[in-house]
Amino acid sequence: MWARRSDLPLDHDALGRFLPWLIAFMVYLAALALAGMLLLNTMAARWDRGMGDTLTVQIAPADTPEQDALRVRATLGILRSIPGVARAQLIDEGRLMDLLEPWLGPGGATKDLPLPRLIDVELKPGAQVDAAALATRLAAAVPGTAVDDHGVWLERLIRLIRTVEALATAVLLLIGLATAGTVVFTTRTGLSIHHEAIEVLHLIGAQDTYVARQFAGRALAMGLRGGVIGLVFAVPTLLGIGYLAARMQAGLLPDVSLGPQHWAALAGLPLVVAAIAMVTARLTVMRTLARML
Amino acid sequence: MITEGSDCVVRFESVGLRYGLGPEVLQDISFALAPGSFHFLLGASGAGKSTLLKLMYLALKPTRGLISLFGHNMATTSRRQLPALRRRIGVVFQDFRLLHHLSAFDNVALPLRVAGVRENEIRKHVVELLTWVGLKDHVNIRPTILSGGQQQRVAIARAVIARPKLLLADEPTGNVDDRMAMRLMHLFEELNKLGTTIVIATHNETLVRRLGHPRLRLDAGCLDTDTPDQPAAGETAAGAFAAATSGSRAEQSSESAA
Repeated sequence: MWARRSDLPLDHDALGRFLPWLIAFMVYLAALALAGMLLLNTMAARWDRGMGDTLTVQIAPADTPEQDALRVRATLGILRSIPGVARAQLIDEGRLMDLLEPWLGPGGATKDLPLPRLIDVELKPGAQVDAAALATRLAAAVPGTAVDDHGVWLERLIRLIRTVEALATAVLLLIGLATAGTVVFTTRTGLSIHHEAIEVLHLIGAQDTYVARQFAGRALAMGLRGGVIGLVFAVPTLLGIGYLAARMQAGLLPDVSLGPQHWAALAGLPLVVAAIAMVTARLTVMRTLARML
Repeated sequence: MITEGSDCVVRFESVGLRYGLGPEVLQDISFALAPGSFHFLLGASGAGKSTLLKLMYLALKPTRGLISLFGHNMATTSRRQLPALRRRIGVVFQDFRLLHHLSAFDNVALPLRVAGVRENEIRKHVVELLTWVGLKDHVNIRPTILSGGQQQRVAIARAVIARPKLLLADEPTGNVDDRMAMRLMHLFEELNKLGTTIVIATHNETLVRRLGHPRLRLDAGCLDTDTPDQPAAGETAAGAFAAATSGSRAEQSSESAA
């Protein structure tokens, strides 16, 4: 497909100089959208996997610390007696303060503030624990306990992530369509500019594929050039976003750094865009020439 | 020779052509060219010579009538089959139609490249032909730098490089002097001896008389045939070629200097 030499002066027209930069811009946007989509996908899978096997039991604060301790001990006793439970661990006060700090600010949560006690329950892999039945049992033994299997929260979060993912996919598709549209426009203009040379090629016996190959080769080269330029600009942007996200994480955001498989997918973007450009140019030329004598 | 029959290289039957809703520029054109024939196409400016040639090299479709090339009825020939037919036709366009971003070499090489000939063979044949038409020192020069006569020779070399079965030339000697004109005519005659059917549209009555080939004469869109005069003694192509070649080097060097 790669045209080693061209009988048409395709690289000399103004459109030839403008196309790589337009493709670079498209690839830059596509890289951001793709990176976002890949990260969200990873995040959703991690949450789904991580939260599906855990429960949180909340014990309402009692009047005295001694009563709190008794209630915690009783709850832990019941939880640890359940066959599906692999581990039941009280979340210590220090960790509880850390979790509340983003909302209440440093030092906002004091000893005076009545805080519920939280027990982190990890289930055995594949174990089925009826959260509602457990809640009833615990409430009967220790009034004021509640069981959260994260189902509602997780479901909403994953639904949100999937929606954003779908939006990112739509953005990628739009970028692909815009790239194809640009290539169609530049190819048609190129066909018009070089109409006479193409007619000469036809009259000496060139098949449509001979002409199309030259346009496709040019589009491939420009797609690759533009794609690499776009990616070169996208990489520092993504690293910058990752750096800022890491700085503001503080327990609010999960790890949002790109893994090797993500970088590999991003590296493939110029190839995909170049392929889109090449195929589009070829189809455009073939369709346009089919209308010529 | 004008013959009837399906083995003709070119056959026109009651062909007419009009542009849009205008009057017919060609009317009821009927003729047939046998393989290996050599014809001059004559006629005043605007008589329709170039249009007739365009119909023959498949740049135009007739509005009526039947055109048959190499036994293929053009009315039923698919667009996909046209490139193969066009490769059998060499065309010297009146305005040369060289690709100005390509060198003389690449222009002449085009028909071979289009036909998928290997580069090493292309190089050999193209350089040989450019040398023959006196452009050995202009192989890598772009047409815009060449004189009108040199461009014309590049156009002729491009038309004949692939040894076409049918050569159509529109005023192929309009920009060269008489010596070069005869030299180029000899090239056409050599091709003709190898079996190429040749049609040359020209105004050069002297050349036509000298070579004495049959004539197709267009007058106001209608075609007539002329009986050729016998070429005058000493005015045969071979004689003229000998005269042309003796002076070709001087001509070539003067153009190189230009």
